[in-house]
Amino acid sequence: MTGTLLVALYIFVLAIFTGFEVITKVPPLLHTPLMSGANAISGITLVGAVLSTGMESPTVTTVLATAAVVFATINVVGGFLVTDRMLEMFKKEKE
Amino acid sequence: MSTLEVITKLFYLLSAAFFIFGLKNLSSPRTARRGNLFAMIGMFIAVVVTLFDTQIISYTWIIVGLIIGGSIGAVAARTVQMTAMPQMVAIFNGFGGGASTLVALAEYNNILGNTALQMGNQDSITIAISIIIGTITFFGSFIAFGKLEGFVSGSPIVLPFHQGINALLFLAALVLAVLAVITPTQTWYFYGIVIAMAILGVTTVIPIGGADMPVVISLLNSYSGLAASATGFVLMNEVLIISGALVGASGLILTNIMCDAMNRSLTNVLFGAVGTDGGGGAAQDKTAVTEYTAEDAVILLENASKVIIVPGYGLAVAQAQHVLHEMSQMLIDQNVEVKYAIHPVAGRMPGHMNVLLAEANVPYDLLKDLDEINDEFQTADVALVVGANDVVNPAARTETDSPIYGMPIMNVDQADHVMIIKRSLSPGFAGVDNELFYYDKTMMLFGDAKDMVTEILNFLKES
Repeated sequence: MTGTLLVALYIFVLAIFTGFEVITKVPPLLHTPLMSGANAISGITLVGAVLSTGMESPTVTTVLATAAVVFATINVVGGFLVTDRMLEMFKKEKE
Repeated sequence: MSTLEVITKLFYLLSAAFFIFGLKNLSSPRTARRGNLFAMIGMFIAVVVTLFDTQIISYTWIIVGLIIGGSIGAVAARTVQMTAMPQMVAIFNGFGGGASTLVALAEYNNILGNTALQMGNQDSITIAISIIIGTITFFGSFIAFGKLEGFVSGSPIVLPFHQGINALLFLAALVLAVLAVITPTQTWYFYGIVIAMAILGVTTVIPIGGADMPVVISLLNSYSGLAASATGFVLMNEVLIISGALVGASGLILTNIMCDAMNRSLTNVLFGAVGTDGGGGAAQDKTAVTEYTAEDAVILLENASKVIIVPGYGLAVAQAQHVLHEMSQMLIDQNVEVKYAIHPVAGRMPGHMNVLLAEANVPYDLLKDLDEINDEFQTADVALVVGANDVVNPAARTETDSPIYGMPIMNVDQADHVMIIKRSLSPGFAGVDNELFYYDKTMMLFGDAKDMVTEILNFLKES
């Protein structure tokens, strides 16, 4: 196992713990926006898709990667917009 | 590492920080919108920085992909009905997983077709894992979407030897993965994994009943995060690993909360196929209960000092949220204390009911979750149940052989009066009859939720 892979594993495990810590505190009231927002974040694959699409590579790679850009962008753009739309609706009682 | 690479990595770190900060802000309704904005900024930074990468020689297809995906995403997000949120999130999860599989396959073909690159074990292993998680997420989400949207049957579909078939498919994928690592030049091993996991994605979700969808969506949400992480390992990109792990953790927490809310283990949800047996005992005859009218209900409501409303998914199906809000506002104006009791599985995904009520302008401070409100039913004059059934069924407390036994329920029977608006006496999703309907303190109001609430509202206006 290479050093880089080992460091990557460390990062992965620590990020999982960070996720648990941060998200346990989200109240049930906001679970749907949390999920759609988190979903948009998982569209980060877009970064990998963009790199694979733009670099010098066989045609098959460009085709697959372009499809990945489409998929991931739907996820990112749709996810963030719909989360915002939902959160906009949450209002406190007027005193 | 070149200076540009160092700068890129630092910006990736910044964007990961924005994601964590954004998720943290999502924990309070006051800051949640800002939190989402932080996450957006994080994503924007990550994508823009990537565009400056020196490996990129052409932008044509990147731009085409961004425009197509962006337009589809934007239109979907703007037009989706709030009731359809679960299937929307399901399909978005699927696209995330699909993107991971596609990037892994793209990278595989890149290493294979490029003589300057050598495919090591690390590459083939991470690519195989990324394909496994991504593909099951894509196909599983697609079936979940179909079930929620109604073009795949919502009731469990169980094949003969179903679990055996699933086990074999998973085993096949693992064997292919091992073969792929041994001989990575054999392209078909990798595509074989895709096929096995695609079928497995379908066969794992079709036996799960409609009522268990909140668990499935949460789990697929977790998978979509793990798929992104796996892709991060393929490309050795830290921001993918971190963000994916955060989402993976979030999905797991929600999965756990949903299972607890139904007192079911994850294994039972995934393999139990609950909902097949149509429930024990046919629903009793409608004549066995006294039917009341909206007018009777109004007399009780007007004289109450505290009313707790328990909404269920039937409310949303009848599109009665807006009239219900109008009705509760009317009561509040008449100095009745009104609160909403939201069960964790009241909607089709975690927190769904809160969104539906927020859309109908119900202020979020009136929305109380199970633990917060359950002791308050004792002091309530009326518990008004609209379109809910299993979450108020006392059988969950006492009947050990009931499929819903042990599920935490709303203690509506502790209120002085229980008012239930329902189409008929038919059992809920779990297929169990509800004895609450036959209690003396229970007032059954038969009819469509929207019509009945409108009728009550009109009587309230008159008086």
